[in-house]
Order: sequence, then C-alpha cells, then structure tokens
Amino acid sequence: MDRRTTIKWVLAVAAAAPGMGDAARALEAVAAVANAPSGHGYGTDPDLLRVYKAGELWPLTFTAAQRRTAKVLCDLIIPADASSPSASEVGVVDFLDEWISAPYEAQRQDRATLLKGLAWLDSEAAARHGAGKSFVTLSNKQQTAICDDICYAPKAKQNLVAAANFFARYRDLTAGGFYTTPQGRKDVQYVGNVPLPRFDGPPLEVLKKVGLA
Amino acid sequence: MPFIEPTGVDGKTYDVIVVGSGAGGGQTAYTLTMDGARVLMLEAGRKYTPALETPMFQTPELAPLRGTDTPGKPFGFYDATVDGGWQVPGEPYTQTNSDTASRFDWWRARMLGGRTNHWGRISLRNGPYDFKPHARDGLGFDWPISYEDMAPYYDKVEMLVGVYGANDGLENTPNSPPGCLLPPPKPLVSDLLIADRSRKLGIPAIAGHRAVVTQPLDWKNIPAKLHPGNPTAQKLAADAMRSRAACLWATPCGRGCSIGANYQSVTVHLPPALASGKLDILTDAMVHEVTLDKAGRATGVNFIDKKSGRELHASARVVVLAASACESARILLNSKSASFPDGLANSSGKVGKYLMDTVGSGVDGQIPLLESLPPHNEDGASGLHMYTPWWLYQEQHAGKLGFARGYHIEFGGGRRMPGLETGAELEWLTGGSYGQQFKQDVRRYYGSFVYFAGRGEMIPNEHSYCEIDPAVKDKWGIPVLRFHWQWSEHETRQAAHMQKTFGQIIEAMGGRVREGVETDGAKAIHTGGSIIHEVGGAIMGHDAKSSVTNSWCQTWDVANLFITDGAPFPSNADKNPTLTIMANAWRVADHILERMRRKEI
Repeated sequence: MDRRTTIKWVLAVAAAAPGMGDAARALEAVAAVANAPSGHGYGTDPDLLRVYKAGELWPLTFTAAQRRTAKVLCDLIIPADASSPSASEVGVVDFLDEWISAPYEAQRQDRATLLKGLAWLDSEAAARHGAGKSFVTLSNKQQTAICDDICYAPKAKQNLVAAANFFARYRDLTAGGFYTTPQGRKDVQYVGNVPLPRFDGPPLEVLKKVGLA
Repeated sequence: MPFIEPTGVDGKTYDVIVVGSGAGGGQTAYTLTMDGARVLMLEAGRKYTPALETPMFQTPELAPLRGTDTPGKPFGFYDATVDGGWQVPGEPYTQTNSDTASRFDWWRARMLGGRTNHWGRISLRNGPYDFKPHARDGLGFDWPISYEDMAPYYDKVEMLVGVYGANDGLENTPNSPPGCLLPPPKPLVSDLLIADRSRKLGIPAIAGHRAVVTQPLDWKNIPAKLHPGNPTAQKLAADAMRSRAACLWATPCGRGCSIGANYQSVTVHLPPALASGKLDILTDAMVHEVTLDKAGRATGVNFIDKKSGRELHASARVVVLAASACESARILLNSKSASFPDGLANSSGKVGKYLMDTVGSGVDGQIPLLESLPPHNEDGASGLHMYTPWWLYQEQHAGKLGFARGYHIEFGGGRRMPGLETGAELEWLTGGSYGQQFKQDVRRYYGSFVYFAGRGEMIPNEHSYCEIDPAVKDKWGIPVLRFHWQWSEHETRQAAHMQKTFGQIIEAMGGRVREGVETDGAKAIHTGGSIIHEVGGAIMGHDAKSSVTNSWCQTWDVANLFITDGAPFPSNADKNPTLTIMANAWRVADHILERMRRKEI
C-alpha cells in the first residue's frame, strides 16, 4: 500500500472516531494494514500430507484487541446453537488471522478490508455510544444494531456501504472457516469423504421428495 | 531399466526418446516398450509417486488457508499439480496483448505424469464428423485420417486405462464395442433432475464417460485383446491391471489417486512400461532442442539437467515429442540450424500455428427443489456422472444457429464436501442474514446449487498461435513462447448460445440463475487456454506445405521425428482431447514400431 492511501485511511478512521483512544486504535490498525506480511508462501511443491496450523507458515497479525473484536463478530455471524458450536469455538479467529497474514495478493486485499473494518466497528461503537466505547464493550443488542445496518450492502445507507462490504467479506470468510471444520461439516449434514464398497445413488425418499419416484 | 541419473544416458543410443510423460508420452512409451523397443523418457519436472504423495482423505482444515488456491497451488492446496500452474517460477511466457480476449493462459505441470495427475478424467471419443469438419462446413481443416482409423485405438485405450460410460447411440457420439466401457456410476439426484427437465426442452442427457475404474478391470481377457500374440506384454498389462483398485467413491480425482482407481500416466502407463525393463526415465530434464546429423536425421535431444544446470545430450534412432502442444512447438522452434533457420520441421512455416483451446462458458443456478434434502452421500466418482453431448447437429448444418460447431454440457450439483464457498456469497438468496438465521439458511441452501459448463469446439484461425519471443529467456537460458490469440464469432456466438441454454434449463428446473445470463458472447467466453485443452501448433495434414506432419504424426521434414501430444490435431472437437491424444499416440507408436521393424527409421 502506498503512503497516500495509508494517510487517507488514518484520516478517515480518525475522523469517525471522536475519542483519542479510538484514534490511537485506528492508527494501530492502519499501521498493521500498512505493514505487508513478512512471511513467504509455501511455494509450488508443499508437503500435502502434513497437518498445518495457523502461524506456522507465516507470522500472524491480530493484536489482542483485534482478536477480541474478531471473536465477537464471528460469533454474531455464527453463534452456537443446538446443532453446532459458534465460529470462534472451532478456531475461526485463528483462521481469519492466518488468512489476513498470508503473503499472497488476494489475502493482502482481505487484510486491508478486515483490519479497516474491525477498526471501523470500534469507531462506530464510539460514535453511537460515546467516546471510550469499543465494539466488544457494547451490549449484544447494541452490537446487533450496528450489524443490522451493514449486513446487506444493497440496502445499506450510502455512508455505510464500505462497512457493509467489509461485513459481507467477513461473513464469507467466517462461514468458510466454520464449514470447513468437522463441526461445520456435521452442521450441514455432509456425510461423505468415507470409502464405500459401492455407490448407490440417491435413496428413494430423496427421489420422492423431488418428484422423480 | 528404471529411473536413471543424468549420467545414465552417456554413451547410450536408445531406440526411441520420448519427451514428456503425460497422456501422449505415457501412451507412446507404453506401446513402444510392450513391443520391446528400448525407450528413454525425459520429463522436465520431478519424480512423482501418487501412492506416497496423494492427499486422499485430507479435509480443508488440515491445509493452509483451508486449502484455498494460491499462486503456488492455483487449483487449491490439495490439487495434484506440483511445480505447475498458470505460471511456473523462472519459466515465463509472454503475450502480445494481455487483454482477456487476446491472451492465452498456459497451464503447465512440471512433474512426472504432467497434467494427467489432476485432469478431469472426462474421456469422450471424437465422432466421424470431428475428423472431417472442413468437409462438413467448409471451415478449418480435415484430419488426414478418419474415425475408422482411430476407432480400434479408442477401443484399446478405453480397455487399458478403464473408462466408465454407456452406449447411447446419439449422433456423432460413438458407441464403444462390447467390453470396452465400465459401468457408469448411478446419477445423483441433481443429475436426474437436470436430465428430466433438459429432456422436456429437447436436450438429451446421458451417462458421462470418465477414466475412472468403477469395477476391477478384466485382467484375464483384456490383455490378449490389447497385445495379440505378445504373451510378455499380456502378462505386464495383466499385472498392472491387477494392481489397480476400483473407485472407493470418495475424495476428488483432481488430487490424484493413491490406489490407481483413475487414470494417471504415472499409475497406468508407466508401471508396466517400467516393468518391461525397456524404459529408462530421467526426470528434471528440460529438453530444448532436437539435434540433427548432416543427413538431416534426428540424432537425439539436448536437455538441461535442472539439478546441476548442465546441458547434456541423449541419443536415439527416433525422437518423439510429447511435451504438450505448446512445449513441443517451442522445442521445434528453438531447434534452429543452417537447414532449418526458422525452427525444425518448419519448412511450412506452420509450427506454432493454429493453436486451439476449448470454448468455455458457465452458468450457476439455485434449485428450490433440491433444498433441505435428506442427508445422503453424494461424493460418487467426484465428477460427471451424466452429461449432455451436442444435440443440434442438424439445425447447425442447416445454418440455423449462426455458429458452425457444437458444444457439450458438463453439469452437476450435490452435497459435496463443504469448502470456503459453502456459506459464501449467499446474500442474493438470504438478503444478508447473519446469526441463527444464517446458520439455518446455509443448511437450507447447501446442496441446492447446480452448475452448467459448456465445452465447445473452436475453429483454428490465423490469429491464434505461438512463436518464440525474440527477447525473453527462461532461467535455463531457453527462449520462451509468446502467444497471440483471437476468437472468431463462431466461438463467441457459441458461448452466448451456451448461456441462453443453461438459463433455460435452470428455469425449467424452477431455479434461479446466479448472476444472470450473459447475452454478449464476447463477455461470456472464458480466456483462451483457460480450459487447458490446447491442441494444434504442429498440425497433421495431407501435404508438406500446409501442415507440419503427415497422417502418422511424422514430421514432413525429418523422417525420424514424431509428435504424439495434442500438437498434431488439425481441429479441436468439443470432446475433451485427452482420450484422443492417447488413442492417437498408440496408433503412431504402432506405426513407429512397424517402420523400425522394416528398418526404415
């Protein structure tokens, strides 16, 4: 990212954040965005059989404060219910951190989107509920009110479109992180990836349901 | 004879050098060694061992970034391709114009087995029309051979590699003789629904054909049909067939297959060829030049040993290029000499010319009837249980369509292993839900999506070709290819027809089209090269002026130089080219054996 863009973000985020604490947080977030990921990718011939963990291949990014915000937002999007745990309980925050820290162009773009967005949540919390408030200190109702305004970009107010685009991407990645875990696969009742002696095709009840039997 | 070190070629003269180890090279080496020829195979990539390296049941959370694609693994972390993709580090290629409409994207795989490790395994025979397209509509070029010439080799390849499918007897969609095809897998519910609604629109849907072994190969009877009168070859083929397991109906074929249930050159062609004792394989050997003697006959090849960076030479009586259409053209163009200043076997000026890919365009849809279905396992054979062959031959021939060649439809759906896309970009259906509602929405929509991908014939043209870039070299010092590309209206109109048709089918299913139907074919068509079906660049023909090889894929200019990848294809039928590459390679290798027996080469 060039210096001009960085300054633009600092000004934009600081303008939206009335308290000094918020401005400082905003600056911290922007600085993190500006620092390009320092690691290397896994190249063209990685070991496909070993198990990888977030942080092994390249250093992670989130500060403790960013992690807290990320966790709250993850769980607003995918909360625990009778069928499955919440997103953060299955490691989605770690996945998001791994994702935005990756030394690849597509992930670098998400890095900017997500870190700016997390900072925006805090500045919006302060703007709506008073200086010194951050997103994680709000009540669930207050958090939800903010999310309701940005959860669907086509219907978001003009000044919230950027935040809505952030939310859309954050939801995509949170869902991606969640449904790629054993608990997520169970949640949608995926029953494959097991060897079978033969493939029988759809059961009769399925064919009946779609009117083909 | 086995995997050898670079020094292993010193002082030896092989019967045949085969450059490349994919579908063309694998089949060529197999056929030659089964008949006793001593073969050296040179592969530019590393040795690759599917039994030890294939991530068969790995799930996304075990991979970096949940297995998403990156520049180093452009089809995802678990895709079989290593050291390959749209770019290979240190081995660039260039474009005269990088616009999506004028660019050619080139997928390479620097590994033993090449692109056969990750391919879709779709194995369709060209039909009789496909060998004589010019005779039918006056466009492009006819092959100097007919379907009848190729048919016996299609039979053999299907029996050797194992192809599932059925005989539906549709126009220009050939049946296979009894005993060639394996039973197709049962259709998924989405297949059956697509087929039912398609038929109501007059569009057929039949069993797919893929190189996946759905039941153990008939190792007692097939080898005698493949190698009549050759008990040694029969035993080798039988042993190789017995070592392959049938599909276990899980894990995507694109990862490769550690049990050999699908076709990869490395698991099907190379083991019996190695077991014959007649094949030497040298990996990390980047061939860049075919060498000639004073009489104008090929003496072997020069290659870079990638491990040491040294240039070495290997000798043989016959050289076969099967390095992939563009790479074989590159080797010829880089083989310059006093007698061939414009590149070897290029007296016609046609090397690199008439490059073709497949026309590609797709539409996705969401089908309410498929929502919230009872959970059941839909992994199946991981692709194409059914498909739609081109069905408008007569209308097209009568000039009613506005474009001259057809396409087939690859379609599918199902409750696949969830990935990063499973809960993503659902706003058009959910209105932006999150929280409990979002979880319910994902459960509801999971498995309710279908895709339609058109795969159509491109007509060769003067504006789509590759040549040597005058300035750029790769890290080995080898001049690289520069691409030129242009679609004609035959392709863009075909892409628009695909879009319209797929929209109609989705509508007939009561579904919703995602992102709409693109009526502008120039926008709907995928970038050249992106379907990875490139053929041409050294086309075969009836005379030395208008083509690079004769009907035996023997170059007109150099009698002991042959090409057995997709480069000699004078047309690129909508049928995916790999099966035809293999059948043609077997046919050419038989011819080489015959000519060698007669001491003509």
